[in-house]
Amino acid sequence: MTPPLLADMPTAGGYLLVLAIMVPIAGVLFQFVLGGRWAGRIALLVMPAGLAIAVAITVRLTESGRPLVYHLAGLAPPLGLALRADGFSALMLLTSALIIAAIGLFARPDFATPAASGEARAPFVFWTLLLALWSALAVVFLGEDLFTLYVGLELLTFGAVPLVSLDGRAETITAALRYLLFALFGSALFLAGTVLLYGEYGTLDISLLAARTHPDVTSAIAVAMMTAGLLAKAALFPFHLWLPPAHAGAPAPASALLSALVVKGPFFLVVRLWFDAMPVLTNLPAAQILGALGSGAVLFGSVLALRQSRLKPLIAYSTVAQIGYLFLMFPLAGGEALPASVRMAVWTGGAAQAASHAFAKAAMFAGAGLIGQTLGHDRISDLRGIGTALPLTTFALALSGLSLMGLPPSGGFLAKWLLLRASIATAQWWWAGLMLTGGLLAGGYIFRIVAPALSAPEVPLAAVRTPARRQEMLVLALAMLSLLLGVVPLGLSTLLAVGSPVATQILPR
Amino acid sequence: MGLLLDFFLVILVLMAGWWTIGAKDGCSAAVAFVTYGLVLALIWIRIAAPDVALTEAAIGSGLTGGMLIAASTRLESARRPARPGPATRRLGIVLSALLAAALAWAVLSLPYPPPSLAKAAITALPPTGLGNPITGVLLSFRAVDTLLEKVVLILALLGTWSLAPDRLWGGVPGRKQPRHADSPLTLLAQILPPIGFVIGWHILWVGANEPGGAFQGGTILAAMWMLAVMAGLVDVPATSRLWLRLLVIVGPGLFLIVGFAGFAFAGGFLAYPAGFAKPLILVIEIVLTVSIAAILLLLLAGPPERQPPA
Amino acid sequence: MTADVLFGLAGAVLVGLGLYGLVADPLPLRKLLAFNMLGGGVFLVFGVVARRGAAAGLGGDPVPQALVITGLVVAFAATALAVALLRLLFERTGQTLLDPHAEESSHPDQTNE
Repeated sequence: MTPPLLADMPTAGGYLLVLAIMVPIAGVLFQFVLGGRWAGRIALLVMPAGLAIAVAITVRLTESGRPLVYHLAGLAPPLGLALRADGFSALMLLTSALIIAAIGLFARPDFATPAASGEARAPFVFWTLLLALWSALAVVFLGEDLFTLYVGLELLTFGAVPLVSLDGRAETITAALRYLLFALFGSALFLAGTVLLYGEYGTLDISLLAARTHPDVTSAIAVAMMTAGLLAKAALFPFHLWLPPAHAGAPAPASALLSALVVKGPFFLVVRLWFDAMPVLTNLPAAQILGALGSGAVLFGSVLALRQSRLKPLIAYSTVAQIGYLFLMFPLAGGEALPASVRMAVWTGGAAQAASHAFAKAAMFAGAGLIGQTLGHDRISDLRGIGTALPLTTFALALSGLSLMGLPPSGGFLAKWLLLRASIATAQWWWAGLMLTGGLLAGGYIFRIVAPALSAPEVPLAAVRTPARRQEMLVLALAMLSLLLGVVPLGLSTLLAVGSPVATQILPR
Repeated sequence: MGLLLDFFLVILVLMAGWWTIGAKDGCSAAVAFVTYGLVLALIWIRIAAPDVALTEAAIGSGLTGGMLIAASTRLESARRPARPGPATRRLGIVLSALLAAALAWAVLSLPYPPPSLAKAAITALPPTGLGNPITGVLLSFRAVDTLLEKVVLILALLGTWSLAPDRLWGGVPGRKQPRHADSPLTLLAQILPPIGFVIGWHILWVGANEPGGAFQGGTILAAMWMLAVMAGLVDVPATSRLWLRLLVIVGPGLFLIVGFAGFAFAGGFLAYPAGFAKPLILVIEIVLTVSIAAILLLLLAGPPERQPPA
Repeated sequence: MTADVLFGLAGAVLVGLGLYGLVADPLPLRKLLAFNMLGGGVFLVFGVVARRGAAAGLGGDPVPQALVITGLVVAFAATALAVALLRLLFERTGQTLLDPHAEESSHPDQTNE
């Protein structure tokens, strides 16, 4: 169906989209020049502001029932640049704001500038990159021009890579370098596709492309290249090689950001590309390839997670697996011949998976960080009895595990349930089988960490450090948010229907 | 005649590219890369993109190539690693052949008449008061991309600095270069920078109406500064210095301020009020040039390696 | 065959060469050089697109040309960060291989087309 051209017109409240991107950037500039302890303070100041902006965007969206659009410099595409927020953007912005705020508060003891020095390396870098990543995510979720999105992807990469190598060990430097090379490969391919699209259609604006594209070989080649590049950045199987060492090697708060948010950016852009920009190309055969790769990710990642001996690499492989679920959106909701109700359900399911996984994974990595600090190590074989030392954290890990496994009442359950029903409704039974298998495997690796944690230790636990209760509460809060998503399915559907390319109509106001 | 020249350039650039990929050691590969970049700059002139040619010569092959040559001399590992196994090589050949073929097909199938935003750009140019449409695109029509890209540069700088050990944070990048009284490098570093300084600002200034602009001008300034540093005439400032940090952010900072002011005075973020566009753009460009020069120099200099002077 | 087509095909070949170096060469520095070539090839194709869009008295469409300038600067920043990482890795371990225990390169990439 042709997307409504009314989406092109700027709407009231569009300035909020600019703020979402520019307020964290202003923060970064201030952090850079004021330095020292101000880096952390400015981050703390921006967090509520960014959260307020995300909430305002969501509220505006649900009130008006239309996507928010803004034309930068007052100039309309194709010469100018546009920003656009639909329901999915708003959900991701809200998720990012909540997770960054929670992780920011969580990381305060770990990245406090020591009193003696004026400015310390790791804290300064962490707080600045925290805000930079926030801005990068906003560009990715709100940008409507393919080149702006390319710059947003570069911002995301440059913000994430130094976090991986923050502790300066040889393994993390190698992981950061590998990540960078994969990411650059991805960017180059993305740009190549962008070039071809401009050469073919004379515009890089997604809404205009949606109106102008026709299925021909050049467009298919362009989309294939861009998708391949984005898959490399999203670490979808078989491009997943860089993710486990990078996410496991980063400091725990950084791992939380990387797994929860950074890898969602490229996935979001694949969705934008396939559903918004080139809906005519989302035919079933090509989407099945994405689904197949997603299945590979689920199986491969889950099996490898089962074989890990340490906590953080296990969680990182779990990310590889859970990203696979996201790409089941394409075979299930692609194809304009499918009934709109099914497509909308899949759209909601995919978005819910992205958001609930983000909260759950952030909680898990933060929790793993606490465990590692308490025990002095993160070997799974020696986790027995950690439940007594860190009861809230263990509980949070179990709750997050529910979401990853897809058990009720979590957001993960909602997501997988919607996708499961859609796969049955569209007679694509194989995806249902995959999801059930993946759920079982996830149960396996979650059990591996939660069971010993809950059992009594054979020898009394030698705690290296007593954890701060506040940090445990934040971990629990993140896990709860992952559960909360499962409790608000109707509200979620209403939000996600706003401006969705698979919704049947835009509600007139 | 023109086509013959173009053909010759293509042969040259492909040879330089082949040499870069296939060279035995890193240093030859990096030198081949610089050659490749220079031929590419000539090709850019042939396809009527002098602004890009300037940027390619200055940043693409000049700064990048120089940095890679320096890196290759310092990174030569003691043991030459095994060449890629046959499986990897076959995979590489298959993938690159596929990609090249796909791209070639797409290039050959580009539509005729080709879509273009040239007319739209020319029509929208007069309110900006500029004569160079590329500057118009960079600083007016798609100004947000330029602003974001500045932030990308700052992040790359931050990432580079983050690789210093904790105790050297805030210190001076690079090793102290000795100053030799009679060496040709010293002579060059005494004569060239003042000239380069003027040329750099000139290229920025004419960028409003002719090929040039903030990036190209800033690169030249950074290169001149680097030359003086290499000859030991000046030292790179300590990274904790407030004035250095200010130099880095003043460009994007002013850009951001003007952007926000656009909400109040010009009806949109990064819109310019009527009649003030050209002076605002020029001021922004001047400040951007300063920031770009500082950032490029610091990226070349690398992470801090010395304690800051007391 | 016009000049544009010639340069466009040259860009495609450069992209292929760059991808080969990125995938096949085990040394990260050579991968970095290859990535720059990959980027250069993409920019060249963009330049051909710009040249084809010559109109309104201009020699080329200014939008792609401006985007290439932005892209060149981003590529430089990426190279600078990568070189800094490489040098630190070399300092720490005396070599730069990403997978020092493998005889063959361990950097599989696949484009799905």
